[in-house]
Amino acid sequence: MWHDAALVCRKDLLIELRSRVGLNQVVPFAAAVLLLFGLALGPDRRSLLPAAAGLFWIAVLLSAVLAIQRSFAVESADAGRDGLRLSGLDPAGIFLGKGAAVAAQLLVLEAVLTVGVAVLYGVPLGGGLVMAATCLLASVGLAAVGVVYGVVSSGLRVRETLLPLLFLPVAAPVLLAATKAWKAALSGTGSQYWTWLSLLAVFAVVYAAIGTVAFGPLLEDS
Amino acid sequence: MSTVSLPPRTKPAVGREPAGGRLGGRRSPSGRADVAVRALGVLALTGIVATCWLGLFVTPEAVNFGNLVRLLYIHPPMAWVAFLAYGFALATSLLYLWPRTRDPRLDRLAGASAEVGVVFTGLTLVTGSIWGRTTWGVWWTWDPLLTTTALLFVLYVGYLALRRVPGDRETVAKRAAIAAVIAFVDVPIVYFSVSWWRSLHQAPTVDLAGRHLYVHGLMAWTLLLGFASFSLAWAWLMVHRYRLATLRDREADEGLEVAIAERRAEGLP
Repeated sequence: MWHDAALVCRKDLLIELRSRVGLNQVVPFAAAVLLLFGLALGPDRRSLLPAAAGLFWIAVLLSAVLAIQRSFAVESADAGRDGLRLSGLDPAGIFLGKGAAVAAQLLVLEAVLTVGVAVLYGVPLGGGLVMAATCLLASVGLAAVGVVYGVVSSGLRVRETLLPLLFLPVAAPVLLAATKAWKAALSGTGSQYWTWLSLLAVFAVVYAAIGTVAFGPLLEDS
Repeated sequence: MSTVSLPPRTKPAVGREPAGGRLGGRRSPSGRADVAVRALGVLALTGIVATCWLGLFVTPEAVNFGNLVRLLYIHPPMAWVAFLAYGFALATSLLYLWPRTRDPRLDRLAGASAEVGVVFTGLTLVTGSIWGRTTWGVWWTWDPLLTTTALLFVLYVGYLALRRVPGDRETVAKRAAIAAVIAFVDVPIVYFSVSWWRSLHQAPTVDLAGRHLYVHGLMAWTLLLGFASFSLAWAWLMVHRYRLATLRDREADEGLEVAIAERRAEGLP
């Protein structure tokens, strides 16, 4: 299973490296979202700063929808999904591999966006370790639930509109917990972030488990 | 040339359901089952009317809440029915996902129950909002229960949207079942995260749990009647939605069969 996961993850990341769709489209999209939030709330720093953590994670969430759609658009061309099914790879491995690839892309995106909020909103970056841990756990959680919904909506005629409707409400706890953990990290207050980090971890584990179990039946008839 | 002389080899094209016609229920909803459903409906509606009558005219005002307490006879029953419906949808979805108990009837039941659940979640939100406006002065507050209910509403609207997607019925059913599981698992996570969110950052302005209302005597019976009759209404509505879904599936199956038969008949001399 882990070997298959590594193979699929490597394949997806290679496709991304060669096509650069994420870099050329998703990252600029996220930057545009940050700019638009600035226009909506700015230019006063005092109104932007308290909202910065929330805006950052909203931008991540919206970009995650695109990353997930991309992850399955890759498979729909040239009957890639049939290829995956015929390849004899473990479905759980395919799920974990695709999830890991999406999570890795989200992590890169978050790194870029962190610079973005630091520059555009003037956020003083601090508590780097907590911020990094939040990014890691949140990315894994978003990728896990996102890849399941990605395959749920893949191959359907209305997938572009269906995926955000399914994905965004489920990701609400991630948005909440990640925002609060970031706020705690940025303000350097106490150990509140432990609650939020553990919530993110629970979310990631629960949905990774559901995805691992459910991916087989989902893939076999998609 | 009538379509009666349909060659038997077109039979396998009918559909994926084993013994399709029988699973689809009765030829027409009539007979004893129909009488039972009608009785159920009459019982549910009578119960709801009685609850409203008792709640509005017979029961006394509450000490702390005045006339507003009358909303309490329908609001908790509605919320209860919503959770009952989602729980039922989850159970049928899990059974559908289990290969040994996979049956299109379970899928239709899950869909019918979730539909009724969404309606009652909407009603819960509306009645809760009215309650909030008059007691706390706001239409909305970020209380864990309220926020979770609102997210539930959106989650299951998404689930229903997924169910309506055109495509192979079995594929969509399987995906919808998994979406139902994912949505249901999200509910406790949302609830806990919102409670922490509230408790860590500001003292809860609204304590839904400790509303210090003592329900007794006739009020308790009215509330109980409300729970019972709204639950009956759930069952009644669900039976109807289930029948509609069955008929819709059968129409899709037999429509194809009839169309093929007609085309064949055209070709014959």
